[in-house]
Formats: sequence, C-alpha cells, structure tokens
Amino acid sequence: MAEALLTLEALRFDAGGHTLIDSVSARIAALRRTVILGPNGAGKSVLMRLMHGLLEPVSGRVHWSGGKAPVQAMVFQRPVMLRRSVLDNLTYALALAGVAAGERRTRAMDVLQRVGLAHLASRPARVLSGGEQQRVALARAWALRPAVLFLDEPTASLDPGASAEVERLIGVIAADGCSIVMSTHNLGQARRLADDILFIDSGRIAEHTPAADFFAAPRSAQAEQFIRGELSWT
Amino acid sequence: MSTVGESFVTAAGLVVAADPRLLDIVCLSLTVSLSAVFIASCLGLPIGAAIAVGRFPGRRTLTVVLNGLMGLPPVVVGLLVYLLLSRAGPLGALGLLFTPSAMVIAQVVLITPIIAALSRQIVADAWRDYEEQLRSLGASTPRAACTLLIDTRFSLSTAVLAGLGRAVAEVGAVMIVGGNIEGVTRVMTTSIALETSKGDLPLALALGFILIAIVLILNALAHAVREWAVRRHG
Ligand SMILES: Nc1ncnc2c1ncn2[C@@H]1O[C@H](COP(=O)(O)OP(=O)(O)OP(=O)(O)O)[C@@H](O)[C@H]1O
Ligand SMILES: [Mg+2]
Repeated sequence: MAEALLTLEALRFDAGGHTLIDSVSARIAALRRTVILGPNGAGKSVLMRLMHGLLEPVSGRVHWSGGKAPVQAMVFQRPVMLRRSVLDNLTYALALAGVAAGERRTRAMDVLQRVGLAHLASRPARVLSGGEQQRVALARAWALRPAVLFLDEPTASLDPGASAEVERLIGVIAADGCSIVMSTHNLGQARRLADDILFIDSGRIAEHTPAADFFAAPRSAQAEQFIRGELSWT
Repeated sequence: MSTVGESFVTAAGLVVAADPRLLDIVCLSLTVSLSAVFIASCLGLPIGAAIAVGRFPGRRTLTVVLNGLMGLPPVVVGLLVYLLLSRAGPLGALGLLFTPSAMVIAQVVLITPIIAALSRQIVADAWRDYEEQLRSLGASTPRAACTLLIDTRFSLSTAVLAGLGRAVAEVGAVMIVGGNIEGVTRVMTTSIALETSKGDLPLALALGFILIAIVLILNALAHAVREWAVRRHG
C-alpha cells in the first residue's frame, strides 16, 4: 500500500447537538486521488473541513505524516470570490502564501492560462457565473502549488464540457505530484478519477477501498445501495 | 402667514445670490463635519472590523455597548468635551475650547460609535461568508479584517455617510464646545438655532434648505455609487 499522507484517528465532530462525524479512522494515501462518496448530508464536507483544519474535532485527531501539515488548499462547494478582479483574487492568495510580490502576477497568469481562464483575468470575480467562479477557485488553489488539494464537489455547478475540463485539470494537478482528496455525488466521475474510494454514510466510514474493488464489488450494503440507486437514475 | 411666505422668498434669494455670510457658515460646517468624519472613519472602521472578526473575551458586551453609544445625546457629548477642554480640564492647556477643533473633537466622539457599530454589522455579515475561505488561504485575523473592509467598501460608505449626516445636522455638541462665535465657530445648525431665536427667519430658513439639500445629495450619491458598484462588481 502507498505511503500515508494523513491518518484520521477516531475522529468525532459534533454540532448543533448532533454527532456529524463519528469514529472515523482512516489512512489517506499520499500522491493518490481519494474520492469521498456518500449521499447528501453524509458528512463529506464536514470531514474535509476537519482534514483541512478548518474544524477542530471534538475528539480524535488528524495526523499528518511527517508531523506537520504540508502546503494545502481547498476548493469549497460554494467558492467565495473577493470583490476584485479574477487576477487579483489569485495574487491575493499568493500574497497570503508568502510568494514574493514580483512573482505573483506571472504565476497567477500562468495558472489562469492553464485552466483556460486567461481571458477573464481582468473581470470582477463576483459577477462571473457560478461555473466560472468554481474554475477560478480551482485556479486559485492550484496557484498555491499545494501538496494536498481538497476539492468539495468541484464540478457540481459545471456544464458537461466544463466538468470534463475540470476532471482533466485534476488529473494534471495530481500528475504534478499533488495528493487529491475530493468529494462528489457523481459516480461516473468517481470512476474516472478515483484511486481510492472513501464511502461515508451518516458520518461514519462504511467502506474505504481501492476504486477498482469498490466498483467491481462494494463490500458494504450502503455502498451497494448507493451505486444501485444512482445507476437506476442514469 | 405672510411673514413666513416672505421669509421663504428672502431665503431663496440668499441662496441664489450665494450670500457671503451664508457661504462662510456652510463652508465651516462642511469643513468641521468632513474632518470629523475622516477622523471617525479612521477610528471607527478598524474598530468595527476588529470586533466583527476578532475572538476575544467581552466581544458581545462590547457590541452591545457600541450599539448603545450610537444614541449618545449630543449635548452630553458637548458637555463632556467641554469639561475636557475647559481651562481647568485635562486638555485645557491646549486652548482648544471655542475653536473649530473643539467642534471636530466633539463630533468625532459623537459619530465614531455610529461608524464603528454600523461597520461592525456589515463586516460581521461578510465574515460569515468569507471566514472559511480566508482561513483556508491562511489569512491572519488582522489581515482578514483588512480584506473584509476592502471587500465591503461600498456598503461601508453607508456607515460613513450615516456618520456625516449625524455630524452635519447635530447642534447640541458644537453649540457647547464651539460657543457659536460669529465668523469663528458658527455653523449651519447653531446659526439656525440662533437666527430663529432672534427672529431672522430668512437666514435660518436658507440655512435649513441648504442643510436638507446637502443631506439629500449625499444620500443620493451614496445610493448611486452602491447601485453602480453592485452592477459592476457584484
Ligand atoms: N455547522 C453545522 N451545524 C450543524 N449541523 C451541521 C453543520 N455543518 C453541517 N451540518 C450537518 O451535518 C451533516 C453533514 O453535512 P455535510 O455538509 O458534511 O454533508 P455533505 O455530505 O457534504 O452533503 P452534500 O452532498 O449535500 O454536500 C448535515 O446533516 C448538515 O446539516
Ligand atoms: Mg457537501
């Protein structure tokens, strides 16, 4: 098995009187693409926030191999754009990451070029369409050159062409030496992108297996039901 | 009845003729209040943002106190600043009492809480949307506060204008600390009060027109800027 990127140890998170994440232990492999699957409200977004360090677990812990968290970035389900141009949104993130002032613009333009958004560089970011904002958010995250990239349903509001493009970019980013942890509802996408599947249901891990095994023969009843349910719709 | 009618005509004449007495008073009013708004904004905007974003004990209490201070009675502020600046007071040596500077100080005391409380609300609302994204990008709390002040700049203009409206229309505080000395500390509101009591209704009315016009124009401008900004920047 591949080297571990991070280990989740009996993670638990409560909010609003409910236990949203319960007894989650897992070993996320480095330099692989881990896809978190699960129905709405399963706790995918909460789990990613815990891994990314935006939420503090009530008990348990997130342990990064090597002892300290690597450079990481996250693209949220609903990305937040600053009220400034697309390019400035990227250079802002680079400034926070400590990139030298002289280098920010070039680096930002370079990434925008690679995601095919260079023509939007000078546009105010908040008036872009939802799908465009999603891709700017991906570019902003990528520009940070993270060792781990968390993607929360990165293609949820994209049209098929843009989705395919984002999937391609995720492949490129991963091939660049970045570990990917992403959530999706889309089984086809999971099939195309995942190396490993982390299937969660009601805040617990139902299954954590290599993608090939998962799709060939899901081991848990919930996962099997999820696959059947989803397939019967498509 | 006819004197009121005549007063209106005479007042209109004074405005149209740009009567120098009138102009001096209007200029002083604007100079004092704009200076006060400038200083109060420099204080109030960061204070509001810090309370909105910061995490420190007593934050709730501070918010309640700040909201309460929005309703400070001008005469009481005038009295306090008078005591501070009077010959025997702690700042008496500066000799500021009955000068325009004293009026600026009184108005700063009066409107800083207004600008701080309104901007706290605006920044706190934005923070709810931005918090995860900014923390994900690694923004420190002060940095996040600055970013939010910049991002909510169009909404904040409303807070600043509320302060200006209050400053320019306020009479109690400037009357006490300025002394309403002709040609030195006589502003629109104190003139209106004085001229009315002397029975010089035309001058009082003319000043009243101008005061209302200034307040209306400022608000119309602010509204237009916001409309434009929302269309342009989202
Ligand atoms: N701050 C919070 N306070 C209370 N409940 C929360 C909070 N955040 C999330 N939840 C609840 O936790 C559960 C899991 O939420 P989460 O956003 O992780 O689901 P998800 O798996 O990402 O779903 P989706 O597929 O719809 O994005 C939901 O029932 C949600 O209502
Ligand atoms: Mg989610």
